Amino acid sequence: MAEARARRVLMDPLIHNNPIALQVLGICSALAVTTGMQTSVVMSAAVVAVTALSNLSVSLLRNRIPTSIRIIVQLTIIASLVIVTDQILKAYVYEISRQLSVFVGLIITNCIIMGRAEAFAMQNPPLRSLLDGIGNGLGYAALLLVTGAVREILGAGEFWGIPVLPLASEGGWFTPNGLMSLSPGAFFVIGFLIWILRTFRPEQNEAD
Amino acid sequence: MNTARYILGFAALVCLVCAVLVSGSAVALRSLQEQNAERERRRNVLFAAGLAEPGEDLSEAAMTERFSGVRAVVVDLSTGAELPEVDPASVHPLVEAGIPDSSRPVEENPARVRRVEKRSVVYLVEAADELDAVVLPVRGQGLWSVLHGFLALEADLDTVRGLTFYEHKETPGLGGEVDNPAWKALWPGRRVFRSGSREPVIEVARAAAGPPGEDPHRVDGLSGATMTSRGVTNLLRFWLAENGFGPLLERLGEGRARTGG
Repeated sequence: MAEARARRVLMDPLIHNNPIALQVLGICSALAVTTGMQTSVVMSAAVVAVTALSNLSVSLLRNRIPTSIRIIVQLTIIASLVIVTDQILKAYVYEISRQLSVFVGLIITNCIIMGRAEAFAMQNPPLRSLLDGIGNGLGYAALLLVTGAVREILGAGEFWGIPVLPLASEGGWFTPNGLMSLSPGAFFVIGFLIWILRTFRPEQNEAD
Repeated sequence: MNTARYILGFAALVCLVCAVLVSGSAVALRSLQEQNAERERRRNVLFAAGLAEPGEDLSEAAMTERFSGVRAVVVDLSTGAELPEVDPASVHPLVEAGIPDSSRPVEENPARVRRVEKRSVVYLVEAADELDAVVLPVRGQGLWSVLHGFLALEADLDTVRGLTFYEHKETPGLGGEVDNPAWKALWPGRRVFRSGSREPVIEVARAAAGPPGEDPHRVDGLSGATMTSRGVTNLLRFWLAENGFGPLLERLGEGRARTGG
């Protein structure tokens, strides 16, 4: 019983209750960093780490945080975790952290993280909160990775920097779609993904 | 538990723990980050000089090998004289620019450079003992931040070989496009000085510019990034004039004239 519940906490946000697709949160960074797979993977890992650790620490403190300052305490914890994550990226994956530029720092303002801290971790025990954080991070990651893959393949004819579609400019047949390598391209991809998801899961549609 | 004293105490404790976490990670990772930044700077010297393709991933060995034809030289900025007795690795121009003893104030300028270091490090690309290109460090205010980059000039000390920026905090997608390889590719072949004079006239235009042959002194503006574009114009003009590398370029030019280069 408890195990089934833990599983649900972890897996629910992946498709059933995806933070981007259903709740349409965290769109800004999803548009900006999904030009390719490598940036998407690093950004996903950063977000998973921050949601997991912020949920865990907020949950550990949940009975001690004075209600009147709970939001600013959550924000302080999240901001510190994001700064540390950014420092680690700058030290170990410098090239990708340059491409991600300000968007790692902007994880602080990603509504998913604060939303989960306030809505879940404040009421639930640490382990379950940790799973919820990982689950929501992975839900964000899933959409980011699919979008990144589509955009890199259509926008550059590559996957993970390796050519997969022969480019017309190099004698092949594929002409890259420039729109896909620009941020607006992500709107189309995410829009299509939400459409597909809601076609198969009509219960996700908003009531008219 | 909601007394004022508890709330203040809790807040102070959270701040303390978070501050220790943040500063601890910053201190622990600083040396790695500085190594990365130094590598990025060296890579950009090669890009500007046309010795590496933008985006090319260079191993440490490949980088050292390509640097074999490049000589780092310490120069006195006000006279343009070489300081052969000074080890280039021991000179940190950006640090020295902030210290009163090793820098001088300059009058207000559009690039908003307030102090200029007395000595700087430039890179001379040499082939068969002749100057092939010179790579100059440049910096100046963009919209949000100071842009740091390198300008490489051909042996005629007028034609641009390349321009790169290795550090800035401009808006991604707008001013951040100073990093865009397609935009950087517009620079080679442009001429920085008015012909027959030492007056820098290179300019990032407000709109599209022609090819280098017809429109040698202008480069396409970055759309949506007027301030960054102007910043690039200003910083290039500043560093090419007398407060920047003007004296050095003049000296190098005389050397070339004498050897008939």
